[in-house]
Amino acid sequence: MNWLDTLLQGILLGGLYALFAAGLSLVFGIMRLVNLAHGDLIVLAAFLILLIVSSLGLDPFVAALIAAPLMFGIGWLMQYHLLNRTLGKDVLPPLLVTFGLSIVIQNGLLEAFTADSRRISAGTLETASMQVGGVNAGLMPLMTFASAVIVILALNQLIYRTALGRAFRATSDDVVTASLMGIRPNSIFAIATGLAMMVVTIAALYLGMRANFDPTAGPARLIYAFEAVIIGGLGSLWGTLAGGVILGVAQTVGAAINPEWQILAGHIAFLLVLLFRPRGLFPRAVD
Amino acid sequence: MTTGFETMTPESDAPAGWRSETGTRLARIFGLGALAAAVALAAAPFIVSRGVVQDLFFILTMLTLAQSWNLLAGYAGLISVGQQLFVGSGAYALFGLVILLGLDPILAIPLAGLFAMLVAVPTAFFAFRLYGPYFAIGTWVIAEVGRLLLAQWKTLGGGTGTSLPRDATRDMFGISALVDWFGMRPPAAADALAFWLALALATLTITFIYKLLRSKQGLGLAAVRDNETAARALGVDARRLKTLVYLLTAFVTGIVGALIYLQKARISPDAAFSLTDWTAYVIFIVVIGGIGTIEGPILGVLVFFVLQNAFSSYGSWYLLALGALAIITMLFAPRGLWGLISDRTGWELFPVRRILRGGTIRHDDKGGPNG
Repeated sequence: MNWLDTLLQGILLGGLYALFAAGLSLVFGIMRLVNLAHGDLIVLAAFLILLIVSSLGLDPFVAALIAAPLMFGIGWLMQYHLLNRTLGKDVLPPLLVTFGLSIVIQNGLLEAFTADSRRISAGTLETASMQVGGVNAGLMPLMTFASAVIVILALNQLIYRTALGRAFRATSDDVVTASLMGIRPNSIFAIATGLAMMVVTIAALYLGMRANFDPTAGPARLIYAFEAVIIGGLGSLWGTLAGGVILGVAQTVGAAINPEWQILAGHIAFLLVLLFRPRGLFPRAVD
Repeated sequence: MTTGFETMTPESDAPAGWRSETGTRLARIFGLGALAAAVALAAAPFIVSRGVVQDLFFILTMLTLAQSWNLLAGYAGLISVGQQLFVGSGAYALFGLVILLGLDPILAIPLAGLFAMLVAVPTAFFAFRLYGPYFAIGTWVIAEVGRLLLAQWKTLGGGTGTSLPRDATRDMFGISALVDWFGMRPPAAADALAFWLALALATLTITFIYKLLRSKQGLGLAAVRDNETAARALGVDARRLKTLVYLLTAFVTGIVGALIYLQKARISPDAAFSLTDWTAYVIFIVVIGGIGTIEGPILGVLVFFVLQNAFSSYGSWYLLALGALAIITMLFAPRGLWGLISDRTGWELFPVRRILRGGTIRHDDKGGPNG
């Protein structure tokens, strides 16, 4: 059952892409900001986890628990002091500032960690596998997918069931009215980016344990995240998961036909969706 | 019948004595000076060393790329992060035409530009479906598709790339004349030829953009940039204008790509579709110099060249600093270096604003000036 196997691998890979994309989707949903440095922030988080693992000798999962609040802090500071200044009617400043940030992070990482590719060692977990419906699936990809589902469930609960989530939605709908009601948009935006960076940490944990990464790996992660968001349709986190799965399946099917076509097949799936459903498969947002 | 559009009469029908002008005296003097400078620059290959000619070539090609991107992002509001697609397409078209069809490189350059424009048609079709920030990443994805597709084309070396045959550049149109008349050595003659083409291209591009922005279409473009809904309500076809600008810049960018790789004589998909070389640097040049002005990219490319020569040996520290400089510029001086200069001095070297001059102010009719 070669095809069934390929399909399953693709779906599980989609979990990783959904993790990449969830943070991007959250930030766009709340403040209409597209962070071109998103991929580089994922790689930054992966290096942070690697640093904690290698210096303190901790388990990667424990290291991620330490890295997550740190990344929240980085995200909060970045949003409050840098990106909030760029928000406005004009889309140019946030795009150009985050593009500059992407170059800064990439080259900072190159100086700090050299261009060597690294990996976060996860011990026996790396090779462990289990039977799923007659097909063998790696434990790590299964955990990635489960984490993606849990992250999206948790984010949805947060957005639709808590006071903070209400503030998120109110700010997203109308900044001026929300601030009249006692919400400070600047802090709300900073908290949202901080949260997105915690999701980024989870994505980075699996990125680092599953494959090699190096300081220049960011832009490709941004592109996968972006494709998952657009395929799924703006404004829907479950749509983003579906988008990630479609992208993952397209890539593994492409790779099964010819290993050189993996990435290209993903891009073509994205362009096809753009051709037939320009607003994505499960659109919710009006813009 | 009153339609409400009476105030929108063409300039010729304006009240007696009033006229709308875009020129200033400083700009006319500067224009003459710039023309003289361009003519003087054309003599460079006879005076300065080959290394300097190559530096000037680099500056001129980056300037042309920067002007194109500035027209796209600063005037048409199309923030593309995928201009490397057109540099790569133009460069690969040149190599294909020369290596596979045996065409003269000089003849292949304009065809390479046309090819890049052809590539821009489906690209625009896809990318224009995406709004604002998503347009940016969309163009980037399509550039990646271009790079991956060309890496599959084994005749042109696949992923590792290929070189131009030595004879192709040595027997290029015009080389023998330069060798015979001025006693240049063929490699120096090839550099000089590439330099003149780059100089002509940069001059033509700047002149064209200036004329465009002063024309009716340019006014429409500025209106779309400032308020698309209002501009459309007044009958400006925003989509058509944006598509035209996108195709035109693809053409120019493709020609620049062909020129750069004619001079390099060696190509690979990773280099020709490099985000850093053909888009990141270009964005930094425009942002630091001043986006949305013609003067900005000119100033920006000079600053960039100085920084590149002084600090490029620091590798990633240099790029890091350049990125940080662009962020600081965007935050504290969003109109760039030229914006700072122009605010202090009021200079406009390429004035595109319409200024109402002459005539007398009447105080009798309501709604008129000061009425």
